[in-house]
Amino acid sequence: MTTIDHLNPPTGYMADNVVGFARALRAAGIPVGPGAVIDALNALQAIEIGNRADVYATLEAIFVKRHEHMLIFAQAFDLFFRAAEDWKHMLDSVPLPDHAKKKPPPASRRVQEALAQPSTREEAQHEQQQELKLSVSDKEILQKKDFAQMSAAEIAEVTRAIANMKLPQAELRTRRYRPDAKGLRLDMRRTLRSSLRTGGEIIDIRKLGRIEKPAPIVALLDISGSMSEYTRLFLHFLHAITDARKRVSVFLFGTRLTNVTRALRARDPDEALASCSSSVEDWAGGTRIATSLHSFNKLWGRRVLGQGAIVLLISDGLEREADAKLAFEMDRLHRSCRRLIWLNPLLRFGGFEAKAQGIKMMLPHVDEFRPVHNLTSMEGLIEALSAPPPPHHMSRIRSAA
Amino acid sequence: MSASALPKSVDGMLELLTSRGYLAERSLATVAYLSLRMGRPLFLEGEAGVGKTEIAKVLSAALGRKLIRLQCYEGLDVASAVYEWSSAAQMIAIRLAEAAGDTDREQLSSDIFAERFLIKRPLLQALEPDVAGAPVLLIDELDRADEAFEAYLLEILSDFQVTIPEFGTIRAPHPPIVIITSNRTREIHDALKRRCLYHWVDYPEAERELAIVKSRVPGISAKLSQQVVRFVQALRDQDFYKSPGVAETIDWATALTELDARSLTPQLVGDTLGALLKYQDDIARMQGDTLQKVLKDATSET
Repeated sequence: MTTIDHLNPPTGYMADNVVGFARALRAAGIPVGPGAVIDALNALQAIEIGNRADVYATLEAIFVKRHEHMLIFAQAFDLFFRAAEDWKHMLDSVPLPDHAKKKPPPASRRVQEALAQPSTREEAQHEQQQELKLSVSDKEILQKKDFAQMSAAEIAEVTRAIANMKLPQAELRTRRYRPDAKGLRLDMRRTLRSSLRTGGEIIDIRKLGRIEKPAPIVALLDISGSMSEYTRLFLHFLHAITDARKRVSVFLFGTRLTNVTRALRARDPDEALASCSSSVEDWAGGTRIATSLHSFNKLWGRRVLGQGAIVLLISDGLEREADAKLAFEMDRLHRSCRRLIWLNPLLRFGGFEAKAQGIKMMLPHVDEFRPVHNLTSMEGLIEALSAPPPPHHMSRIRSAA
Repeated sequence: MSASALPKSVDGMLELLTSRGYLAERSLATVAYLSLRMGRPLFLEGEAGVGKTEIAKVLSAALGRKLIRLQCYEGLDVASAVYEWSSAAQMIAIRLAEAAGDTDREQLSSDIFAERFLIKRPLLQALEPDVAGAPVLLIDELDRADEAFEAYLLEILSDFQVTIPEFGTIRAPHPPIVIITSNRTREIHDALKRRCLYHWVDYPEAERELAIVKSRVPGISAKLSQQVVRFVQALRDQDFYKSPGVAETIDWATALTELDARSLTPQLVGDTLGALLKYQDDIARMQGDTLQKVLKDATSET
């Protein structure tokens, strides 16, 4: 077995090709570091280039680290290394320019505008303002005002308020221990070590207590047309809590489901929202809640709902095609998470009744049904997130014990 | 079984696995070969029952190496994954030293933190030298452990050494062959994946699955094995919550041969469906007309 020289990878046309290919992959959205390029060159040396499939498998093993990148890789590979008859040619074929694969086009202008211009409803806004101005100060008006009726300036104000929201650390006891004087478990290792100071006499007993961590949050946000006035603010809200906690996954759904967790990780909210909007193709269209929930349950449920996750379903529940499938998928979602909180902006209306078929189907399967249309209700939500789990979950745990 | 040398090529790896009854896709053999050649951990992700754990067992047997398995679970910590001090033995040692009249504290502390009081857990065992060559370390279902453990693992996988504060640093003379599996109940952090060679293990094609069933279920008739594989392949095309894996196919084929079945009948399938589908919703969907249709396709002579 020959040893591989990690410091001096091979050079020449093959190196150019691999470097160019890595660039193409980066442009297509697969993160490829320089370390991986060196690995790839070494690996190609380790196999004898003579078989396209082997080269493919080799490069794939090194460049692809996520299942969802496999398709992109396959396309990029085919584009970059055109079906060459003889693989020996790879060594001296001319490298392609590095824009072999373009990034997906950013969201259309309509999307940009939909995001940039929160709509205002002049008359309603006027009326409500009149009503409230009699009794409360400006700040409180902002607290209670419906997001859908705010002017651009007020939206900016609210966005700032959201950014300053602090999530109390919701406690979820993990199965990991740390030194804790009030703990219940004996820490023999530290007890013994401290006993050595007194010549082996155990004087003080060291204890361990459980580490508590905030529960992971999974947000499913409806971005259909009927929700468009709220979408942007909810994204701000989700960005604010993503910043505060490590484990928040965010999915947007309209006619299809998109995972925007990574896009929301950018520090700057505007940057985060921009990269969100570029990854979603169906802003402000129709809703297909059942289909979206189905694909969430099938593709993501088991991957993000572990470790006692809380699910926030943010939707108005206005689904035309409400049938048994919707109830079934809601039920599955409910049974696979610790708590399912449904946030519905429609609840702002005093006389709100669940008349829509979809809402009736979904209601039996949620632990909590809350309004979320102004700052006050968002603050209420934050309190709810840190509350202990509802009683029926506790009883379920007890009966299992 | 003597230790055999590492395979010299992808074909060699394929032969090695096949000789042990593991019929791998060529892409999987390529990645496994590269992971041996480059000394990188192999990270296998895929649905349950597609043979991720199996490859570690087969590799260790074929190479004549020791297999060390670490099954992950939530709350897995250093004490159960790497090492632990045997406090009971240490306390006895302290009492004995007292009885013998040794009062030298320095001596006492170096005595009770000696190697004989160290309980070695899988990760530490994998770093120990072995006459047969470095062992195969299988870290199974990493997604069940929490992020804190993953971070610790990253440290071990980068330099294959463990530092024990009271004892010193233990370094592996030869790094073990590491195979990590995940069922994706949680996304593993990119930092760890970057260290590894990644492979998504998929369900096999019909032809390969048929070969697997024939090699794993001796005594199954050609007709039945063909019907079983066709039936399972058809199930995977349906939109089930949990499609049957290869392990389920083998289980089912074994169950059918135990029942002396010659070919599939609706009655037989209905009674044994629990070997294939593990969710009540999925089983409920596979009744009546759907079952008849899939069965008809699977048993039709071509």
